[in-house]
Amino acid sequence: MSAQAGRHLWVAQRVTAMFLGVAVLVHLVTIMVAVRGGLTAAEILARTQGATLWFAFYVAFALAAGLHGAIGLRNIAMEWLGWRGRGFDLAWLGIGLLTAAFGVRAAWGLYAN
Amino acid sequence: METVPKGEKAQDALKVRVWRGDAAGGEFREYAIPARENQTVLDVVTQIQREQEPDLAYRFACRVGMCGSCAMEVNGRARWTCRTHVKRVAAPGEALEIRPLANLPVIRDLATDMAPFFDKWARAKGTFQPKDAPDGAVPAEFATVPPESKARREADAGIECIGCGVCYASCDIVAWNPDYLGPAAMNRAWTLVNDVRDGARAERLEAVSGDAGCHSCHSTQSCTERCPKNLDPSSAIAGLKRTLFWDSLWGRLR
Repeated sequence: MSAQAGRHLWVAQRVTAMFLGVAVLVHLVTIMVAVRGGLTAAEILARTQGATLWFAFYVAFALAAGLHGAIGLRNIAMEWLGWRGRGFDLAWLGIGLLTAAFGVRAAWGLYAN
Repeated sequence: METVPKGEKAQDALKVRVWRGDAAGGEFREYAIPARENQTVLDVVTQIQREQEPDLAYRFACRVGMCGSCAMEVNGRARWTCRTHVKRVAAPGEALEIRPLANLPVIRDLATDMAPFFDKWARAKGTFQPKDAPDGAVPAEFATVPPESKARREADAGIECIGCGVCYASCDIVAWNPDYLGPAAMNRAWTLVNDVRDGARAERLEAVSGDAGCHSCHSTQSCTERCPKNLDPSSAIAGLKRTLFWDSLWGRLR
Protein backbone atom coordinates (compact mmCIF):
# COMPACT_ATOMS: atom_id res chain seq x y z
CA MET A 1 0.00 0.00 0.00
CA SER A 2 1.27 3.45 -0.86
CA ALA A 3 2.34 5.88 1.83
CA GLN A 4 -0.51 8.13 0.71
CA ALA A 5 -3.13 5.40 1.18
CA GLY A 6 -1.62 4.55 4.56
CA ARG A 7 -1.97 8.18 5.59
CA HIS A 8 -5.60 8.28 4.44
CA LEU A 9 -6.40 5.15 6.46
CA TRP A 10 -4.82 6.77 9.51
CA VAL A 11 -6.84 9.95 9.02
CA ALA A 12 -10.01 7.90 8.43
CA GLN A 13 -9.44 6.00 11.66
CA ARG A 14 -8.99 9.22 13.65
CA VAL A 15 -12.02 10.91 12.11
CA THR A 16 -14.23 7.84 12.70
CA ALA A 17 -12.90 7.71 16.27
CA MET A 18 -13.99 11.31 16.84
CA PHE A 19 -17.45 10.57 15.46
CA LEU A 20 -17.74 7.29 17.39
CA GLY A 21 -16.78 9.06 20.62
CA VAL A 22 -19.83 11.29 20.29
CA ALA A 23 -22.06 8.61 18.73
CA VAL A 24 -21.48 6.07 21.52
CA LEU A 25 -22.41 8.74 24.05
CA VAL A 26 -25.61 9.62 22.18
CA HIS A 27 -26.42 5.90 21.85
CA LEU A 28 -25.98 5.14 25.57
CA VAL A 29 -27.72 8.28 26.83
CA THR A 30 -30.67 7.60 24.50
CA ILE A 31 -30.99 4.06 25.85
CA MET A 32 -30.92 5.26 29.46
CA VAL A 33 -33.46 8.01 28.83
CA ALA A 34 -35.74 5.77 26.74
CA VAL A 35 -35.71 2.79 29.08
CA ARG A 36 -36.72 4.67 32.24
CA GLY A 37 -39.91 3.06 33.51
CA GLY A 38 -39.56 0.07 31.15
CA LEU A 39 -39.82 -0.40 27.44
CA THR A 40 -41.38 -3.05 25.21
CA ALA A 41 -40.37 -4.12 21.72
CA ALA A 42 -43.56 -2.61 20.35
CA GLU A 43 -42.80 0.75 21.98
CA ILE A 44 -39.27 0.74 20.53
CA LEU A 45 -40.57 0.00 17.05
CA ALA A 46 -43.21 2.68 17.35
CA ARG A 47 -40.47 5.23 17.92
CA THR A 48 -37.90 3.99 15.39
CA GLN A 49 -40.12 3.15 12.43
CA GLY A 50 -40.00 5.96 9.96
CA ALA A 51 -37.56 7.96 12.13
CA THR A 52 -35.28 9.01 9.29
CA LEU A 53 -32.85 10.98 11.45
CA TRP A 54 -32.25 8.04 13.81
CA PHE A 55 -31.84 5.74 10.82
CA ALA A 56 -29.23 8.08 9.28
CA PHE A 57 -27.46 8.33 12.64
CA TYR A 58 -27.18 4.55 12.99
CA VAL A 59 -26.10 4.05 9.37
CA ALA A 60 -23.27 6.52 9.96
CA PHE A 61 -22.54 4.78 13.28
CA ALA A 62 -22.32 1.36 11.61
CA LEU A 63 -20.14 2.59 8.76
CA ALA A 64 -17.78 4.37 11.14
CA ALA A 65 -17.55 1.37 13.47
CA GLY A 66 -16.92 -1.08 10.61
CA LEU A 67 -14.24 1.10 9.07
CA HIS A 68 -12.60 2.00 12.37
CA GLY A 69 -12.46 -1.60 13.56
CA ALA A 70 -11.13 -3.03 10.31
CA ILE A 71 -8.35 -0.43 10.10
CA GLY A 72 -7.33 -1.20 13.67
CA LEU A 73 -7.39 -4.96 13.15
CA ARG A 74 -5.34 -4.51 9.98
CA ASN A 75 -2.67 -2.66 11.97
CA ILE A 76 -2.60 -5.32 14.67
CA ALA A 77 -2.39 -8.13 12.10
CA MET A 78 0.46 -6.37 10.29
CA GLU A 79 2.48 -5.95 13.44
CA TRP A 80 1.76 -9.20 15.26
CA LEU A 81 1.22 -11.66 12.43
CA GLY A 82 3.08 -10.00 9.58
CA TRP A 83 -0.09 -9.99 7.45
CA ARG A 84 0.86 -7.36 4.89
CA GLY A 85 0.03 -6.79 1.26
CA ARG A 86 -2.77 -6.14 -1.16
CA GLY A 87 -4.62 -9.41 -0.55
CA PHE A 88 -4.86 -8.76 3.18
CA ASP A 89 -5.85 -5.12 2.60
CA LEU A 90 -8.75 -6.20 0.39
CA ALA A 91 -9.78 -8.81 2.97
CA TRP A 92 -9.86 -6.12 5.69
CA LEU A 93 -11.90 -3.84 3.46
CA GLY A 94 -14.36 -6.71 3.01
CA ILE A 95 -14.48 -7.39 6.75
CA GLY A 96 -15.03 -3.69 7.48
CA LEU A 97 -17.88 -3.40 4.98
CA LEU A 98 -19.44 -6.66 6.20
CA THR A 99 -19.37 -5.44 9.81
CA ALA A 100 -20.94 -2.17 8.71
CA ALA A 101 -23.56 -4.06 6.67
CA PHE A 102 -24.70 -5.99 9.77
CA GLY A 103 -25.24 -2.69 11.56
CA VAL A 104 -27.02 -1.06 8.62
CA ARG A 105 -29.27 -4.13 8.29
CA ALA A 106 -30.21 -3.90 11.97
CA ALA A 107 -30.96 -0.19 11.61
CA TRP A 108 -33.05 -0.86 8.51
CA GLY A 109 -34.98 -3.53 10.40
CA LEU A 110 -35.94 -0.97 13.06
CA TYR A 111 -36.70 1.73 10.52
CA ALA A 112 -38.66 0.02 7.77
CA ASN A 113 -40.55 -2.98 9.18
CA MET B 1 49.74 -9.71 33.77
CA GLU B 2 47.14 -7.01 34.37
CA THR B 3 48.47 -3.61 35.21
CA VAL B 4 46.93 -1.61 38.00
CA PRO B 5 47.21 2.16 37.72
CA LYS B 6 49.22 3.89 40.42
CA GLY B 7 47.29 4.72 43.53
CA GLU B 8 44.66 2.11 42.85
CA LYS B 9 44.64 -1.21 44.61
CA ALA B 10 43.89 -4.39 42.73
CA GLN B 11 40.20 -5.16 43.09
CA ASP B 12 37.84 -7.96 42.36
CA ALA B 13 37.40 -9.18 38.84
CA LEU B 14 34.55 -7.83 36.76
CA LYS B 15 32.74 -10.57 34.86
CA VAL B 16 31.80 -9.58 31.32
CA ARG B 17 29.75 -11.53 28.80
CA VAL B 18 30.48 -10.31 25.28
CA TRP B 19 28.62 -11.39 22.18
CA ARG B 20 31.06 -12.80 19.60
CA GLY B 21 30.03 -13.73 16.09
CA ASP B 22 29.02 -12.35 12.73
CA ALA B 23 26.00 -12.10 10.41
CA ALA B 24 25.69 -15.90 10.37
CA GLY B 25 25.27 -16.11 14.17
CA GLY B 26 27.24 -16.11 17.37
CA GLU B 27 27.27 -16.62 21.13
CA PHE B 28 28.24 -14.98 24.38
CA ARG B 29 31.74 -15.53 25.71
CA GLU B 30 32.81 -14.76 29.25
CA TYR B 31 35.75 -12.64 30.22
CA ALA B 32 37.12 -11.36 33.51
CA ILE B 33 38.92 -8.06 33.82
CA PRO B 34 40.00 -6.06 36.87
CA ALA B 35 37.15 -4.05 38.34
CA ARG B 36 38.10 -0.41 38.79
CA GLU B 37 36.62 2.44 40.70
CA ASN B 38 36.09 4.50 37.55
CA GLN B 39 35.50 2.48 34.44
CA THR B 40 33.24 3.01 31.47
CA VAL B 41 31.79 0.17 29.44
CA LEU B 42 33.96 1.30 26.53
CA ASP B 43 37.00 0.98 28.82
CA VAL B 44 35.91 -2.59 29.54
CA VAL B 45 35.59 -3.49 25.86
CA THR B 46 38.94 -1.86 25.08
CA GLN B 47 40.60 -3.71 27.94
CA ILE B 48 39.32 -7.04 26.67
CA GLN B 49 40.47 -6.26 23.14
CA ARG B 50 43.93 -5.08 24.18
CA GLU B 51 44.69 -7.69 26.81
CA GLN B 52 42.74 -10.79 25.83
CA GLU B 53 41.08 -10.81 22.41
CA PRO B 54 42.94 -8.79 19.77
CA ASP B 55 40.36 -9.78 17.16
CA LEU B 56 37.34 -8.39 19.07
CA ALA B 57 35.54 -6.05 16.66
CA TYR B 58 33.87 -2.89 17.99
CA ARG B 59 33.51 0.72 16.93
CA PHE B 60 34.39 3.96 18.71
CA ALA B 61 36.02 7.27 17.89
CA CYS B 62 35.82 10.24 20.26
CA ARG B 63 35.33 8.51 23.68
CA VAL B 64 33.58 11.64 25.01
CA GLY B 65 30.01 11.42 23.71
CA MET B 66 30.34 13.54 20.62
CA CYS B 67 30.63 11.15 17.69
CA GLY B 68 27.90 8.61 18.41
CA SER B 69 29.78 5.57 17.12
CA CYS B 70 30.21 3.44 20.28
CA ALA B 71 26.57 2.55 20.98
CA MET B 72 25.97 -1.06 22.06
CA GLU B 73 23.43 -3.00 24.10
CA VAL B 74 24.61 -3.04 27.70
CA ASN B 75 22.65 -5.31 30.03
CA GLY B 76 19.72 -5.24 27.65
CA ARG B 77 19.63 -1.51 26.87
CA ALA B 78 21.14 0.45 24.02
CA ARG B 79 23.63 2.99 25.36
CA TRP B 80 26.70 4.97 24.51
CA THR B 81 29.40 2.78 26.02
CA CYS B 82 31.78 5.75 26.39
CA ARG B 83 29.36 7.66 28.63
CA THR B 84 28.16 4.67 30.64
CA HIS B 85 30.01 3.92 33.85
CA VAL B 86 30.02 0.26 34.81
CA LYS B 87 28.79 1.05 38.32
CA ARG B 88 25.73 2.75 36.86
CA VAL B 89 24.54 -0.40 35.06
CA ALA B 90 25.94 -3.27 37.17
CA ALA B 91 25.86 -3.55 40.95
CA PRO B 92 29.12 -4.66 42.63
CA GLY B 93 29.68 -8.32 41.82
CA GLU B 94 27.13 -8.27 39.01
CA ALA B 95 28.15 -9.32 35.50
CA LEU B 96 28.10 -7.04 32.48
CA GLU B 97 26.49 -8.24 29.25
CA ILE B 98 27.45 -6.48 26.04
CA ARG B 99 25.77 -7.11 22.68
CA PRO B 100 25.80 -5.28 19.34
CA LEU B 101 22.94 -2.80 18.77
CA ALA B 102 19.58 -4.44 18.10
CA ASN B 103 17.58 -3.96 14.87
CA LEU B 104 20.73 -3.66 12.74
CA PRO B 105 22.71 -6.31 10.82
CA VAL B 106 25.85 -7.41 12.63
CA ILE B 107 29.15 -7.14 10.78
CA ARG B 108 31.22 -8.82 13.47
CA ASP B 109 31.10 -9.03 17.26
CA LEU B 110 29.99 -5.62 18.58
CA ALA B 111 30.12 -3.74 15.27
CA THR B 112 26.82 -3.33 13.42
CA ASP B 113 26.19 -2.23 9.86
CA MET B 114 24.66 1.25 10.19
CA ALA B 115 23.79 1.47 6.47
CA PRO B 116 20.06 0.61 6.82
CA PHE B 117 19.78 3.25 9.56
CA PHE B 118 21.25 6.03 7.42
CA ASP B 119 19.48 4.83 4.25
CA LYS B 120 16.26 5.60 6.10
CA TRP B 121 17.41 9.15 6.81
CA ALA B 122 17.71 9.52 3.04
CA ARG B 123 14.31 7.88 2.49
CA ALA B 124 12.74 10.30 4.97
CA LYS B 125 14.24 13.13 2.88
CA GLY B 126 16.58 14.23 5.63
CA THR B 127 18.52 16.62 3.42
CA PHE B 128 17.85 20.34 3.48
CA GLN B 129 16.36 21.65 0.20
CA PRO B 130 16.82 25.44 0.02
CA LYS B 131 13.53 27.06 -0.92
CA ASP B 132 15.07 30.08 -2.63
CA ALA B 133 17.70 28.11 -4.54
CA PRO B 134 16.37 24.77 -5.73
CA ASP B 135 19.47 24.18 -7.84
CA GLY B 136 21.66 24.30 -4.75
CA ALA B 137 22.96 27.81 -5.37
CA VAL B 138 23.50 30.19 -2.46
CA PRO B 139 20.34 32.29 -2.00
CA ALA B 140 20.75 35.97 -2.77
CA GLU B 141 19.35 37.08 0.60
CA PHE B 142 19.78 35.74 4.10
CA ALA B 143 16.64 34.17 5.49
CA THR B 144 15.33 35.80 8.63
CA VAL B 145 14.48 33.12 11.17
CA PRO B 146 13.25 34.48 14.52
CA PRO B 147 14.78 32.17 17.14
CA GLU B 148 11.69 32.45 19.35
CA SER B 149 9.22 31.50 16.61
CA LYS B 150 7.27 28.29 17.27
CA ALA B 151 8.63 26.54 14.18
CA ARG B 152 12.23 27.37 15.02
CA ARG B 153 11.81 26.16 18.60
CA GLU B 154 10.38 22.85 17.30
CA ALA B 155 13.35 22.49 14.94
CA ASP B 156 15.87 23.39 17.64
CA ALA B 157 14.44 20.73 19.95
CA GLY B 158 15.56 17.96 17.62
CA ILE B 159 18.56 19.42 15.88
CA GLU B 160 21.28 18.02 18.16
CA CYS B 161 20.93 14.40 17.00
CA ILE B 162 24.31 12.83 16.20
CA GLY B 163 22.94 9.65 14.63
CA CYS B 164 24.18 7.10 17.17
CA GLY B 165 21.31 4.68 16.53
CA VAL B 166 20.34 4.16 20.20
CA CYS B 167 16.70 5.15 19.54
CA TYR B 168 16.57 2.93 16.46
CA ALA B 169 17.86 -0.07 18.40
CA SER B 170 15.32 0.62 21.18
CA CYS B 171 12.28 0.92 18.91
CA ASP B 172 9.71 -1.89 19.01
CA ILE B 173 8.18 -0.83 15.70
CA VAL B 174 11.51 -1.22 13.88
CA ALA B 175 11.73 -4.73 15.37
CA TRP B 176 8.23 -5.54 14.06
CA ASN B 177 8.59 -3.90 10.65
CA PRO B 178 12.10 -3.68 9.13
CA ASP B 179 10.79 -1.07 6.64
CA TYR B 180 9.79 1.36 9.41
CA LEU B 181 11.81 4.57 9.15
CA GLY B 182 12.55 4.75 12.87
CA PRO B 183 12.78 7.63 15.36
CA ALA B 184 16.03 9.32 14.26
CA ALA B 185 15.11 9.67 10.58
CA MET B 186 11.68 11.11 11.44
CA ASN B 187 13.13 13.40 14.12
CA ARG B 188 15.37 14.75 11.37
CA ALA B 189 12.42 15.13 8.99
CA TRP B 190 10.50 17.06 11.68
CA THR B 191 13.36 19.54 12.13
CA LEU B 192 13.27 20.21 8.37
CA VAL B 193 9.46 20.46 8.22
CA ASN B 194 9.87 23.27 10.76
CA ASP B 195 12.70 24.93 8.88
CA VAL B 196 11.14 27.95 7.15
CA ARG B 197 14.01 28.02 4.62
CA ASP B 198 13.23 24.51 3.39
CA GLY B 199 11.29 23.97 0.17
CA ALA B 200 10.60 20.24 0.21
CA ARG B 201 7.87 20.15 2.85
CA ALA B 202 5.24 18.28 0.80
CA GLU B 203 7.62 15.60 -0.51
CA ARG B 204 9.08 15.08 2.94
CA LEU B 205 5.68 14.77 4.60
CA GLU B 206 4.71 12.24 1.94
CA ALA B 207 7.95 10.31 2.55
CA VAL B 208 7.27 9.94 6.29
CA SER B 209 3.61 8.88 5.80
CA GLY B 210 1.99 5.52 5.97
CA ASP B 211 2.71 2.09 7.42
CA ALA B 212 6.50 2.43 7.17
CA GLY B 213 6.38 5.98 8.50
CA CYS B 214 5.03 8.03 11.39
CA HIS B 215 1.57 6.45 11.25
CA SER B 216 2.90 3.17 12.65
CA CYS B 217 4.36 4.82 15.77
CA HIS B 218 2.65 3.73 18.99
CA SER B 219 4.20 6.54 21.04
CA THR B 220 5.64 4.07 23.54
CA GLN B 221 8.55 6.51 23.75
CA SER B 222 11.46 4.10 24.16
CA CYS B 223 13.35 6.43 21.79
CA THR B 224 12.74 9.43 24.04
CA GLU B 225 13.52 7.41 27.17
CA ARG B 226 16.84 6.10 25.82
CA CYS B 227 18.14 9.05 23.77
CA PRO B 228 21.56 9.90 25.25
CA LYS B 229 21.12 13.51 24.10
CA ASN B 230 17.73 13.76 25.83
CA LEU B 231 16.00 14.52 22.56
CA ASP B 232 12.35 13.64 22.10
CA PRO B 233 11.86 11.80 18.79
CA SER B 234 8.48 10.56 20.00
CA SER B 235 7.13 14.11 20.11
CA ALA B 236 8.71 14.84 16.72
CA ILE B 237 6.80 11.87 15.25
CA ALA B 238 3.62 13.08 16.96
CA GLY B 239 4.24 16.46 15.33
CA LEU B 240 4.51 14.81 11.91
CA LYS B 241 1.24 12.94 12.52
CA ARG B 242 -0.52 16.12 13.62
CA THR B 243 0.74 18.08 10.60
CA LEU B 244 -0.21 15.27 8.21
CA PHE B 245 -3.65 14.96 9.79
CA TRP B 246 -4.60 18.60 9.22
CA ASP B 247 -2.87 18.79 5.83
CA SER B 248 -4.80 15.68 4.71
CA LEU B 249 -8.09 16.92 6.07
CA TRP B 250 -7.84 20.32 4.41
CA GLY B 251 -6.42 18.81 1.21
CA ARG B 252 -3.09 20.58 1.48
CA LEU B 253 -1.39 17.36 0.31
CA ARG B 254 -2.23 15.32 -2.75
